Amino acid sequence: MINHIDLSSVLRRTVCDLYSDLVTRPTGKAVRDGIEKQLAEIGDRTLTVIDFSHVGLLDYSCADEIVAKLLMRYCAPITADAPPRDAYFLFRGVSDSHVDAIEAVLERHGLAMVAQAADGAVMIIGSVGESERRAWEVMCRIGRAAPVELARELGVDRAQIEAALDALCRRRLAMRFDEAYVAVGAAS
Amino acid sequence: MTTVLKIPPSLDDRTFELVLEQLAPVPQDEKILLDARHTRWASPYGLTALLTLAQARAERPGFYAPESDETCSYWSRTGFFTYASELFELHGAPHHSRSGGESDVLLEITPVARSEDVHEVVGRIQQKSQSILTKELNIDAKATMGFAMTLSEACQNIVEHAGRGGWVAVQTYRWQKRLGRRVVVIAVCDAGVGFRQSLESSPNHRESDRWDDGMALEEAVIRGVSRFRDPGRGQGLAGVRRYIGRWDGKLSVRSGTARIAIVPSWDEDVPLQEGLPAFPGAQMQITIPERVADK
Repeated sequence: MINHIDLSSVLRRTVCDLYSDLVTRPTGKAVRDGIEKQLAEIGDRTLTVIDFSHVGLLDYSCADEIVAKLLMRYCAPITADAPPRDAYFLFRGVSDSHVDAIEAVLERHGLAMVAQAADGAVMIIGSVGESERRAWEVMCRIGRAAPVELARELGVDRAQIEAALDALCRRRLAMRFDEAYVAVGAAS
Repeated sequence: MTTVLKIPPSLDDRTFELVLEQLAPVPQDEKILLDARHTRWASPYGLTALLTLAQARAERPGFYAPESDETCSYWSRTGFFTYASELFELHGAPHHSRSGGESDVLLEITPVARSEDVHEVVGRIQQKSQSILTKELNIDAKATMGFAMTLSEACQNIVEHAGRGGWVAVQTYRWQKRLGRRVVVIAVCDAGVGFRQSLESSPNHRESDRWDDGMALEEAVIRGVSRFRDPGRGQGLAGVRRYIGRWDGKLSVRSGTARIAIVPSWDEDVPLQEGLPAFPGAQMQITIPERVADK
């Protein structure tokens, strides 16, 4: 199921209907709470498009509260404090100035996310290993694929590609469907 | 007894230290009178720091306004007298209205105490800054968002850490003597708890032999340490540092008895000054110079 959340609407609804900038920690926290509330109302496995298209400014504090903390919560390992659901995120309408703030906070936490620019181009932002990045790029190009196909495309052995795919799934950058994998952002 | 403190003819982050040197021996509860009659010019730092000085005193200080009509008129347009009238007993203050449409005041002196104030500041600066930054300072249009982000993070330092309200002001002017170029200057000043006390309130804080204001500034400004346990904290000042690095700017932060600076090649400031006269809170200045074509 694909779910769409317009951040500027969440901002106006949860903080102030006159604001278009995502600045300050209290604002970021209120917006993240709004997102989580929406996520709680939808099904178990979801791809949520979080849309920055109508957001003016995003500062570091807000990027940390909204993007980093959301990913930290949903990318947590399966433990007692497990993520509330199997959720994946695509961040749409991300401008260059948004990227500055988001990239800085993701790198600080060792996180990564998939962003889609206004022209539709998708990219991974944040901290990601080279083998994971290459596997994600190949999946974006060829679509849904089994590990054996990806290993062939990348010229690596099966163990290497499985390690990269595990990491991508754990970090919510790829989704597993039975024996095949799809990159988040591949078919958006 | 009232002690008179002379305000220098030109008041900026450096000459404000002369005011604090005069203030240092005066007991906290003693009446002071700031004499700015011969002051001709003040930077945003100078004006906002004057307000914090008044805020920090137990008794309402007196203030002699500049004798120069031009200076008074300009200070009015920055909004200085609006707030000064609440904090000082004003003498000789003008009755000018604060409107004037002066293009070099990018942001009039604005109080900052809550998150909502930061939204207000960011909204106002974006409306005015883009054309000035791109046309007068030759800064890439993309950088104006970064400028607003920097301003936002600097103001949030007050909201998150100071424990009381402060002020922000932004102005552009030609820095003829020191640089020979136009600059845009952000000043964010408060008379709150300061960096050392803020970090001491952290549960993770461990005092070392050399724990003082200078070390607290190094921790917060250079290493991004915050009083909060949250590992995401401390990124605001790191972001400010990144922005000034990208645009060859300067950052200086004074707190308590120390002052730290990220010094670009065009400036001759020292990275860390200690043993300054004690002053509460934190006073931050960010200077972004006009871009000149690469030789």
